[in-house]
Amino acid sequence: MLSSELAVQTRGLTKRYGEKLALDGVDLSVPRGSVHGLLGPNGAGKTTTVRILATLTRADAGEAVVAGYDVRNQPREVRASIGLVGQQTAVDDLLSARQNLTIFGRLFRLDKATARRRADELLELFGLADAAKRSPKTFSGGMRRRLDLAASMILAPNVLFLDEPTTGLDPAGRREVWKTVRDLAEQGTTVLLTTHYLDEADKLCDRISVIDEGRNFIEDTPAGLKRRIGDERLEIAADDSAVLAQVAQIAGRVAGAEVTVVEGSLSVPVARGVRALTEAAAEIRQQGLEITDIGLRRPTLDEAFLHLTSRTEQEAAR
Amino acid sequence: MSVNDQTSQQRRSYALLPSGPVSRFTWAMKDCWTIVMQELTHLVRQPSTFAWQLGMPVVMVLMFVYVFGSAMDVTGQGAGEGYVDYAMPGMFAMTMAFGFMNTAFVVTLNKEKGFMDRFRSMPMSPSAVVTGRGVSDIIQAGVDLAVIAGVALVIGWRSGGSLAASMLAFGLLLWLRLALIFVGIYLGLLIKNTEVAGSLFAVAFPLGFISSVFAPPEMMPGWLGAIAAWNPVSSTANAIRELFETPGAGVGEASYWIDGHAIAGAIVWPVVIMAIFVPLAVRQFRNLSK
Ligand SMILES: Nc1ncnc2c1ncn2[C@@H]1O[C@H](COP(=O)(O)OP(=O)(O)OP(=O)(O)O)[C@@H](O)[C@H]1O
Ligand SMILES: [Mg+2]
Repeated sequence: MLSSELAVQTRGLTKRYGEKLALDGVDLSVPRGSVHGLLGPNGAGKTTTVRILATLTRADAGEAVVAGYDVRNQPREVRASIGLVGQQTAVDDLLSARQNLTIFGRLFRLDKATARRRADELLELFGLADAAKRSPKTFSGGMRRRLDLAASMILAPNVLFLDEPTTGLDPAGRREVWKTVRDLAEQGTTVLLTTHYLDEADKLCDRISVIDEGRNFIEDTPAGLKRRIGDERLEIAADDSAVLAQVAQIAGRVAGAEVTVVEGSLSVPVARGVRALTEAAAEIRQQGLEITDIGLRRPTLDEAFLHLTSRTEQEAAR
Repeated sequence: MSVNDQTSQQRRSYALLPSGPVSRFTWAMKDCWTIVMQELTHLVRQPSTFAWQLGMPVVMVLMFVYVFGSAMDVTGQGAGEGYVDYAMPGMFAMTMAFGFMNTAFVVTLNKEKGFMDRFRSMPMSPSAVVTGRGVSDIIQAGVDLAVIAGVALVIGWRSGGSLAASMLAFGLLLWLRLALIFVGIYLGLLIKNTEVAGSLFAVAFPLGFISSVFAPPEMMPGWLGAIAAWNPVSSTANAIRELFETPGAGVGEASYWIDGHAIAGAIVWPVVIMAIFVPLAVRQFRNLSK
């Protein structure tokens, strides 16, 4: 029996679609009231995990407890406790925004008047009051997403699943969604969200599980994860190879690390990025060296995955 | 103001779940009704969809009656004679028969758009998604029939039968539609996306046309005639011809046994269809969680 102190707990979740092993033993522990991120590339198994937890799909093997209820044996109790915002927005384009929320309110057992009142409250809260009578068809992607979020919060769920809540949104839209998620978490809702974006996981999550090929192989805080992924890198480009060699010396000294030079540009890991950048820039200028580009770069998610997976393989081999 | 203010102040609780078979049933009915209201609101907000849907049978009525009808001799009294009376019951039956495409399309659309997932992740009655669909389809079918009957009256069709017989005829039409709703739900759940749902015409056309809808099966080559005669749509079409006392219906000796038992066929065929497709639809619905 899994613990019910946790909002979400899974052990060895496995799911096979024909030949494809979509989940290969996912273990999660999400404390109540926290925001937990599932970070992984396309096809990692994020949606499959969320669908199993939201009782939409049955796992082939493994256990999962959500809000204290077993997803396999107590699906109705689980559904009474959760909210789900799927990877696609599920709003009715033939109804107005307000009618959408009213219908969901009715399905959550609110009487007509209460359902309408709740719909108006939520529209207000999500900045959609002016668009209440319009069809979501006329909405921007961000507005649709917000309506979708509102529909999952008719009654604030104990556990909310968000599958890629900000994919396809512009920066402003993403910030709006982030704020909503933070507000919810503050009120005590546990949030499990999936994302492709390291920065999103970083901004929102208390803890992050990195998932790939159906397995979550690392769980850590955002800070811890960044440490594992490796530091920022200072990158400098120059047209002249002699100049580049000189710059490499400077960069190596400033960063105190090994410099790699590839095709007219160099790259070196730096612990304190901004400081290293300014120091290197000052010295390059002092020596009058001609460079074409200088900047700090975080490893991309792809690099991070490569890095993380290879490291866990090494650890496993040991 | 924050997300959890007011209404939702009470955290979610068991109050969202029915506590016994009686409340489970009443909640299922209420949820069903909510879905019906959702579907009917679509019609009110987007009457054009509805108009398109009706457009086809209405155009067919006019086309067959005025274009082909003038060449058809179904009563044995000369081309065009009595064809409106022969074709109208066929049109009614065909409209009901083609309705399953609409059911299937909407079910597939709901699945594709993630609506089904949202419903299934909510503490509502899972069956309401499907029963609500069924009830609203029947209501819509009733409106369809009323509109087509209106057009038919304008172009000169009259029921020769009593009021009771005519009502029974419309009842049999809705009975066929009801059975085909389950076919639609099954296909809608089975089909991957709405593009495929569009190609259901390939199934619907033979079902609608290889029947007694436009011409008596006796006029077709033997094997095709047999298929047409045993088509459930033919039974309903012939049954309502009898009930409307259509001139020429059942003229001459019936070539196929089923022709002589149209009303029985119109009652039994839908039962057979439901006996097959209700379990299939239920299984397919359960398979969603595979
Ligand atoms: N219904 C299905 N039938 C067959 N294969 C499936 C099905 N659902 C998922 N898969 C496969 O399982 C694997 C995991 O898919 P999943 O959707 O969980 O990934 P994901 O992490 O959500 O990816 P994305 O970031 O692209 O949304 C993929 O290889 C996918 O092709
Ligand atoms: Mg996904």
